[in-house]
Amino acid sequence: MLTYVRLIFEFLKTGLFAIGGGLATLPFLREMSFRYSWFSMEELLDMIAISESTPGPIGINMATYVGYSAGGILGGILATLAIITPSIIIIVVIASFMEKFRDSKLVQRGFYLLRAATAGLIMGAVFEVIFISLFDAGAYAISGDIFAFIRWPSLLMFIVLILLIRKFPKVHPIAFIVASAVIGIILKF
Amino acid sequence: MLQIIWQLMYTFFKLGLFTFGGGYAMLPLLQREVVESKGWATEEELLDYYAIGQSTPGIIAVNTASFVGYFQGGILGAILATIGLVLPSIIIILLIASLLNHFTDLVVLQHAFGGIRVAVSALVSFSVYRLAKTGVVDTFTFIWCIMTFVAIAFFKISPLWVVLASFFMGNIVLKIKGARA
Repeated sequence: MLTYVRLIFEFLKTGLFAIGGGLATLPFLREMSFRYSWFSMEELLDMIAISESTPGPIGINMATYVGYSAGGILGGILATLAIITPSIIIIVVIASFMEKFRDSKLVQRGFYLLRAATAGLIMGAVFEVIFISLFDAGAYAISGDIFAFIRWPSLLMFIVLILLIRKFPKVHPIAFIVASAVIGIILKF
Repeated sequence: MLQIIWQLMYTFFKLGLFTFGGGYAMLPLLQREVVESKGWATEEELLDYYAIGQSTPGIIAVNTASFVGYFQGGILGAILATIGLVLPSIIIILLIASLLNHFTDLVVLQHAFGGIRVAVSALVSFSVYRLAKTGVVDTFTFIWCIMTFVAIAFFKISPLWVVLASFFMGNIVLKIKGARA
């Protein structure tokens, strides 16, 4: 019961404060993982992969998934309903005085730094888990060997993927995710 | 009235089912369904909804569904259009999540997700790079972007405070800049 109340509260908060697209929910989901240990950060990466490879907005898919990990099927449904509630209320209010909102100096000025913060917030949320998947601080501490510090296959794959994504921006993320799954199976990641 | 609301729910259900990734990935289908097929909004109105959807809290696709739903069917229209949009996600994700739960011990699946995590790392990094390119426009926004990164990654400050601080600091900084210019 308490889990459901927490889920609803956390996702109302996320719906109200996550600004800037689907991935903007990540810093809030990371905070939940610290606070309630509903899921690990590695599991969060898996959820991103599944949310990007299935239909529907990423932010919604993530909410359902996280809700399910914390509180089963009902948890998934409640989390999703909670994340959309602030949007519905805010949009209904804005729709009644749309022009005023768009021309508001307060809103425009607020977005000057919010737009810059979005990138920092998302990178801040995933930095640690990306770092761990590419570098092995534990092995370095034991051996003192700088070569043991880097997970070479992962780092190489990461660099190649970045170059490919940059070169082919029209290719859907699913293609990269499926290809990487196959490589992961072949190379036994 | 009831028929409009049913149509709203059905149309946004279809949109949720056939778009991968929300946000801008949804725009072409929205144009076809909402503008061309149903005539619920003009092209310009749809772009307005998008612009406002971006500058309000929440997920852009959800905000757009609420907008179209509200103008066609009032508050009930807004609620049911949005629920229609998220229904496919709820069904599909719950199915996959409960299926995957039974197979987590499979070694093949663990290797696959080992590879997938690298792909997600690359995809998210690249999205952040693109967001930074539009968000960082001068020295101050650059410093702010780095500061928010450090605050979240190393000091574990709640993103809620970062969002609020960004909103208020932006107003203060631009007001001072405006006064000086």
